Amino acid sequence: MAAVALALLWPLVVATEFSPSILFDLQSLRATGRFLSDFLQPAHDREFLAMLASEAWKTVAIATCGLTLALLGAIPLTLLVTERLSISRLGTGRVALLPRMARQLVRWLLVVLRSVPELVWALLFVRIFSLGPTAGVLAIALTYCGMLGKVYAEILESSDHHASEVLLRNGSGRLAALLYGALPEAASELVSYTVYRWECAIRGSVVMGFVGAGGLGQRMDESTKMLAGGEVASMLIVFVMLVAAADIVSRYLRRRLG
Amino acid sequence: MSSSLYELHDLAVRHIGGAREHALQGISLELSASEQVALIGPSGAGKTTLLSTLACAHRPDTGLFRAFGADPWQLSDNARHAMRARLFLAPQTPPLPPRQRVVTAVLAARLPQWSLWQSLVSLVKPADPEAAWRALSRFNLGDKLYARVDRLSGGERQRCGLARLLLSSAQALLVDEPLSALDPAMSQLTLNTLQQEARERNALLVCSLHQVDLALAHFPRIVALKHGRIMFDLPREQVTQAMVDELYLGELPPANSPPADELAAKLAVGACL
Repeated sequence: MAAVALALLWPLVVATEFSPSILFDLQSLRATGRFLSDFLQPAHDREFLAMLASEAWKTVAIATCGLTLALLGAIPLTLLVTERLSISRLGTGRVALLPRMARQLVRWLLVVLRSVPELVWALLFVRIFSLGPTAGVLAIALTYCGMLGKVYAEILESSDHHASEVLLRNGSGRLAALLYGALPEAASELVSYTVYRWECAIRGSVVMGFVGAGGLGQRMDESTKMLAGGEVASMLIVFVMLVAAADIVSRYLRRRLG
Repeated sequence: MSSSLYELHDLAVRHIGGAREHALQGISLELSASEQVALIGPSGAGKTTLLSTLACAHRPDTGLFRAFGADPWQLSDNARHAMRARLFLAPQTPPLPPRQRVVTAVLAARLPQWSLWQSLVSLVKPADPEAAWRALSRFNLGDKLYARVDRLSGGERQRCGLARLLLSSAQALLVDEPLSALDPAMSQLTLNTLQQEARERNALLVCSLHQVDLALAHFPRIVALKHGRIMFDLPREQVTQAMVDELYLGELPPANSPPADELAAKLAVGACL
């Protein structure tokens, strides 16, 4: 039995040129060891640090621009999709046909936007706009517009709606009811989700850098290929610092709104 | 065209959400501007449903319903919504977001008149804090103007919700149990303030109350509801103790525990689920 299995497997092993001995090849072991031990001494010469700072700044800029564009799309879409703010629902418990269809259409649009991963959008846009941050910004804007629109609408729908409903019943407009009835309760949750998405956008823009969408990710890709462990380690430290900064911003804003 | 603000004839109303039975049945009422009416009746009689029907917040099933000289449910959505700005429904639980400042919550009554820009600005810098302060002072709440709503007690919140009513420009004031969280002294003050305000602006005041004695003491006209029907609709001089007793008859549960056989059946059903 074992012999048969071996006889069948052997041609496969030969065909894939798999040789376990390469794992223990002294030269490659040494290279791996150097790469790993380099991690213990993050690169910190002045020129590299300057480059790191400007690339980190570029990454933050990609994430922020992408998120801002996403917000520009997501806020109007949220207002359209939230059923709580329906005036035709008042008194009958049912939304009129036309608004219901409009809501469904917007909901589908949000699904389409967020069902394509940002990496795929980035790959597409790199083809269209060539290498560089534009592709990253647009990829983040499209995907995150879908995510933010959906989650904003759900936060608004699940928060206590007594206040906004009473305002609507007394003749307020939809936006006024949102501002005075729903936002005071939902604001801190909306803000914390937005800042969390900003943090995700920073991470996302790093990943998209690997496909050529600019920023820290592109540099990291190059450093990894050159087996420069120290540089990769410095970049990872910068990521941790960026995420920690996002956390501090989120906590500060929540305390202000709380 | 009659002079009455509301005209209801043989009106039937279902609960929102497709329940089979009627919440209100055979309701015929005429309410004219500057009238003051107390709505009494046991819990679940349909007082709140009647008030929200009057507020165009609940669509009646059958029968005639006219408000401000028109049937709101024949109007377009926009015209009906404009009509909602001419009345004010104060719900039993005050609709105040806990994290809002009192001044903002009270000024929200002006939203139907404000443009979106005005309401945005007023979130940052209250548009007319003096009016809000005057309204709050009439309920002994002047010192709470810039407090946050979640710092208020239950009774203070209820009065804060009513202060919002004073800032609206409504011609029909529909108030659902304004006294449920208030002590006797505050109840007197609150009713007096509401009635004075309605008199001053020549508005209709419909107020649902559980305190029959206060209703009889303050309101010239009493409408009694039970099981979704009007039991009587009389000037207070003609309301006798016997009628009030009959209204609440059979509503007090005889004991604190449910009948034993019913409990067993419920437990059995629960076990099956």
